[in-house]
Amino acid sequence: MKRLTPRALLLGLAAPLGALVFAAGLCAVILLVTSHSPADTVDAMSTAAQRPRTLVNSLNTATTYYLAAVAVAVGFKMKLFNIGVDGQYRLAAMLSATLAGAAFMEGLPSFLRITMTIVAAMLVGAAWSGLAALLKVTRGVSEVISTIMLNAIATYLVSYLLNPARLAENVPGSNNISTRPINEGGQVTGITVEGSSSKIFGLLFLALAVGFLYWFVLSRTRFGFELKATGLSESAAVASGVSVKKMVVLSMLISGAIAGLVGMPQLLGSSYSYALDFPAGIGFTGIAVALLGRNHPVGMAVAALLWGFLDNTANSLDVAGIPREIVLIMQGVIVLSVVIAYELVRRYRVAAEQREVGRALGRTKALEEVSA
Amino acid sequence: MSAGGLTVGMQTAPAAKRGRKFSPMVYLIAVVVGLLVLSLVRVLAGATDLTSAGTVQAAITAAVPIAMAALAGLWSERAGVINIGLEGMMVLGTFGAGYAGYQWGPWAGVAFGLLLGIFGGLLHAVATVTFGVDHIISGVAINLLAPAAALFLSKLYFANAPGGGQKQSPRVEDAAKVSIPGLADVLGDLEAKHWFFVSDLAGILRGLLTEVSLLSILAVLLIIGTAYVLWKTPFGLRLRSCGEHPIAAESLGVNVYKYKYYAVIGSGAFAGLGGAFLAISSGQFRDGQTGGRGFIGLAAMIFGNWRPGGLATGAGLFGYTDALALRGSTAVHALLLLLGIALVVVAVIQYRAGHNVLSGVAAAIGVLFGWWYFTSDEVPPELVGAAPYVVTLLVLALAAQKLRIPKAIGEIYRRGEGK
Repeated sequence: MKRLTPRALLLGLAAPLGALVFAAGLCAVILLVTSHSPADTVDAMSTAAQRPRTLVNSLNTATTYYLAAVAVAVGFKMKLFNIGVDGQYRLAAMLSATLAGAAFMEGLPSFLRITMTIVAAMLVGAAWSGLAALLKVTRGVSEVISTIMLNAIATYLVSYLLNPARLAENVPGSNNISTRPINEGGQVTGITVEGSSSKIFGLLFLALAVGFLYWFVLSRTRFGFELKATGLSESAAVASGVSVKKMVVLSMLISGAIAGLVGMPQLLGSSYSYALDFPAGIGFTGIAVALLGRNHPVGMAVAALLWGFLDNTANSLDVAGIPREIVLIMQGVIVLSVVIAYELVRRYRVAAEQREVGRALGRTKALEEVSA
Repeated sequence: MSAGGLTVGMQTAPAAKRGRKFSPMVYLIAVVVGLLVLSLVRVLAGATDLTSAGTVQAAITAAVPIAMAALAGLWSERAGVINIGLEGMMVLGTFGAGYAGYQWGPWAGVAFGLLLGIFGGLLHAVATVTFGVDHIISGVAINLLAPAAALFLSKLYFANAPGGGQKQSPRVEDAAKVSIPGLADVLGDLEAKHWFFVSDLAGILRGLLTEVSLLSILAVLLIIGTAYVLWKTPFGLRLRSCGEHPIAAESLGVNVYKYKYYAVIGSGAFAGLGGAFLAISSGQFRDGQTGGRGFIGLAAMIFGNWRPGGLATGAGLFGYTDALALRGSTAVHALLLLLGIALVVVAVIQYRAGHNVLSGVAAAIGVLFGWWYFTSDEVPPELVGAAPYVVTLLVLALAAQKLRIPKAIGEIYRRGEGK
């Protein structure tokens, strides 16, 4: 275990904080150049932040992002890029929404219904990521390429299934199309907050449990050890008897199963059906959050909260006449600059270590010379 | 294939078996046989759109941006840098084309799209080459950043422009189109006769030789130019050596950083061009216009085995499916039969090469497509769009042993740290 000296802590925080400050600075410059006022922007966002509803929504968005980040992080830990979280969660949400809304489910007890929905989502997510795992271990196909392709295929598959002739129906009074709505027995009740019309997702606790399990499995089990070992050095892992193929399949399946959960808080806690306007692109946000949080269970939670907060306060910007995309730009800049900052800090650490070793060696040498 | 990623399951290519060189004659025969099959399917399925001039023209329009994206991927990956930020760089290109195009005409749009693409490429180069950030991560970040920036700028510059909107630019004039004089009528007459093979050939030729956009011609020149620069010049050799073995290149005095910069910036330029071509040929910039074409381009490049001729074929095929999807359901339905036949051919080739399992899998999938064709009347349009991606996965799964990926792809190179 690394010792947590103030210096190490400072270096650890330097990268994310530096990236944040840099991104904020850059966005301020962009705003100034395009003749908007950065002060007004901050003002609008902080006014929005004082509304309980914004905070509740931020927490809810963060719940979703956190699940996506953990799904990505499981792969990252063994140098496996599951770019496919996006396709996995959309397909999983769509199919499990169909199951949850089906007529025969309405007679079942609530707990069983919800469990079945969630398990179905996990299975679909795992199956979709399993395809990529299969291609990787049998044919050596890079998971990056195969999951990019599978994302696109999932998009078309969902739009094929989400059709009144197949699994969906028209939403009365709009041109939206959705799966059959889940009635009350299949929903997860939220937590009411005073002063806010939206409730905190009940499945927030699911996300917390997933985060805890992620931490526990990675740092307290043999499987987690082997997973990290494979990520750090494949050849060393093979030498110590780890079956890398098995690890690839297992971690892809786990990652896909967690990806399947991503849509659940939204589906069971607020929209109750999968429609054309179901949130998309969360898989990529998950990558960003995992990077910012360095795959650490708590780090990712902080990053997810930040992302959720930025997303929800951005809604207030359009009213103030500032394009809300400035927040998206800020998020993009944060991701890019945080990875660069981590790299710079790493290089600084290596250089500092080398200097220290050099100094220590120099001292011994000097002592030897004196004694000689 | 990803940076320092797992090598498990990777096939090591059999050592230096000299690739057979096919003579031009073989290619010609292959093309003729392909055309015969196409005409046969056209007659059998009664799908005149399979070989009509309109389809071919639509296919070219669709194929050009995909080919540019694929070329962008080629430049970058041949120098060892994975670029999944292509999609984002294309978005920048579409915005640039919309911004300059509506004010100063299509060629200004092309130039501006190119410039913004270069900016995207530079960003990727700084992150991956100078700072040694993982290539995939930088690409993802660019894909997050670029659409946001484009939409931000679009709201800024197009919302109050005449004919523009929050999410779209005013109309951009299309580039000029040229025809070989005197051909259109003759070929058109022949095409209308619906004779076996002759009319098909006439339709395809009419599509290829008349009403061709200057942008498409430029695209073809760029593909040929890339093939020349990367394979016939010292510059190209050095650039590719950085993608195969950067440390060896370094020991021979090649400035690896410099060549990687050239490659990735070139990659951004091509992606920007692809975006610009897309915006100009569809008449304006729209938010979300690229619709994953950067990724299809990547797929076309893989399909083409990291070679210019191959990626052009891939882009052509994907453009062709796009065009058929636009032309209606009979044409797409006939595509099933074509795919089935193609897979059976693959099965035969694999069988002769001694890959019995693969041959079996290919044959089974081929028969499935045939069965689908004969038991159905149409293909749901939603599934047609998925075709390029499915085809790419099939190619990767069935022909992985034939693919030659640049050896040092995705690796992070630091000068002087070679072992």
